[in-house]
Amino acid sequence: MSVYFTKDHEYIRIEGDVGVVGISEYAQEQLGDIVFVELPDSGKSLQSGDEAAVVESVKAASEVYAPVSGEVVESNEDLADNPALVNETPEEGAWFFKMKLSDQNELENLMSADDYKAFIEDLG
Amino acid sequence: MSTQNSPENLVADTGSEVPSTGSLRRTPLHDLHISRQAKMVPFAGYDMPVSYPLGTLKEHLNARESVGIFDVSHMGQFLISSEEAVAQLMERLVPGNIVGLKPGRMRYTQLTNSDGGIIDDLMVTRLGVDGGRDWLFLVVNGARKEVDLAHIKASIGDAANVVELEDQALIAVQGPMAASHLERLFKGVSAAPFMSIMKYEDSAYGKVWISRCGYTGEDGFEISLAGLHAATLAEKLLSADGVELCGLGARDSLRLEAGLCLYGHDIDEATSPVEAGLTWSIGKRRRENGGFPGDKRIMRELEEGADRRLVGISPLGRAPAREGVAIVDGDGKNIGQITSGGFSPTLSRPIAMGYVAKGFAAAGTELGLLVRGKTLAAEVVDLPFVPHRYYRSRKA
Repeated sequence: MSVYFTKDHEYIRIEGDVGVVGISEYAQEQLGDIVFVELPDSGKSLQSGDEAAVVESVKAASEVYAPVSGEVVESNEDLADNPALVNETPEEGAWFFKMKLSDQNELENLMSADDYKAFIEDLG
Repeated sequence: MSTQNSPENLVADTGSEVPSTGSLRRTPLHDLHISRQAKMVPFAGYDMPVSYPLGTLKEHLNARESVGIFDVSHMGQFLISSEEAVAQLMERLVPGNIVGLKPGRMRYTQLTNSDGGIIDDLMVTRLGVDGGRDWLFLVVNGARKEVDLAHIKASIGDAANVVELEDQALIAVQGPMAASHLERLFKGVSAAPFMSIMKYEDSAYGKVWISRCGYTGEDGFEISLAGLHAATLAEKLLSADGVELCGLGARDSLRLEAGLCLYGHDIDEATSPVEAGLTWSIGKRRRENGGFPGDKRIMRELEEGADRRLVGISPLGRAPAREGVAIVDGDGKNIGQITSGGFSPTLSRPIAMGYVAKGFAAAGTELGLLVRGKTLAAEVVDLPFVPHRYYRSRKA
């Protein structure tokens, strides 16, 4: 199982030809208490870098971008009812949406888990 | 993921000259914030805590259920004294009834400009005559203290001495358990009437002035003391169970639930006290006689109503509507703007305040809010969102 990260703190976990997208542990910690999540509809076509979802904490609203291009196949309805799940298990249960990748090669533009770990350490 | 309105933007006073990194001022509690691992942000020219490890949501709920401690030392504390009657002098600058205040009592009012706009909102405490001079104590917004000081000096400086207490700290202690916790340190304080000041001239923390007031809607106190004693007092208060620090994030969500205006957001130099729903703070005599800056506009608006009104707004869905969101009527016509908006930890739903055009201010009026290209349903509601629980003395 491989996981990739963006410099904007999204992750995409590859399961077959589907990628599971969410925000990182670091991101949820920075945002603080999450109170609202807006998710994309199934069937929505996204280009890498498109605004895909919105996450709001007590403090602010943030956009979640598509890490790669593809089509949304499922969104996590649990988050609509319980946005605080993102604070609890951001990189497991509290995924945002699943997408069918249109080009696996785009993953090469993303960071590995180790690279991302070094990246956030540099952020301080 | 990218955050559009970062925490610092969200809570920063507009109109403040935020210095570049490195030149931020520090309050006497700065070391305490760092040692308690606060997230620090620039606010009103100071390096201030936006939240602590507990998080804004729990800090907020703890202040509603128990006690929250806030460092508000960035706020301006002024002493005004005169050989003349100082309350009369002050009434030249504000629409509040200051002459009618008994010594030891305080009032919320606004410094108005000649157009009836609000230069700042503030607390004025009448201290009384001492040493042949008549004294007032003012607490003003941090981001406005230089502007306020210059304005007051230019207006009444010939007749009054105006001094900023720069080394003074201010600690807010807010919540239903605030009185019982403070009583252990300051005997008699729990019996102080709402909007009064108690002086402890020789306490373990030096000379301490405690006002029964706050910015949360709860019973609470603001403690003014010398900066050098501030950390000792804060640590003493925090050593008790149920007492937690609150950052600027919780301060903002608490005051919004209480329907209280934030300067630079809900009120500014263009908004009048009548538009902002602050008519209650204008004394009867002042409404009839005027004699304060902008009295023409303010008295006309009291008579005829204002063209726009600040109202409480409840979005009907789960999405928060934040500052700057456009408000539309049923036909999609723009009728106003959100000035404060977020999530209510107490109610577990979004709440907001904003200005709407005349005719749309009645509770129950249906509104649309333009959020990320969609029109979200909302309605006008009475303020506050969470009922005030200020102290009322038993015998009253």
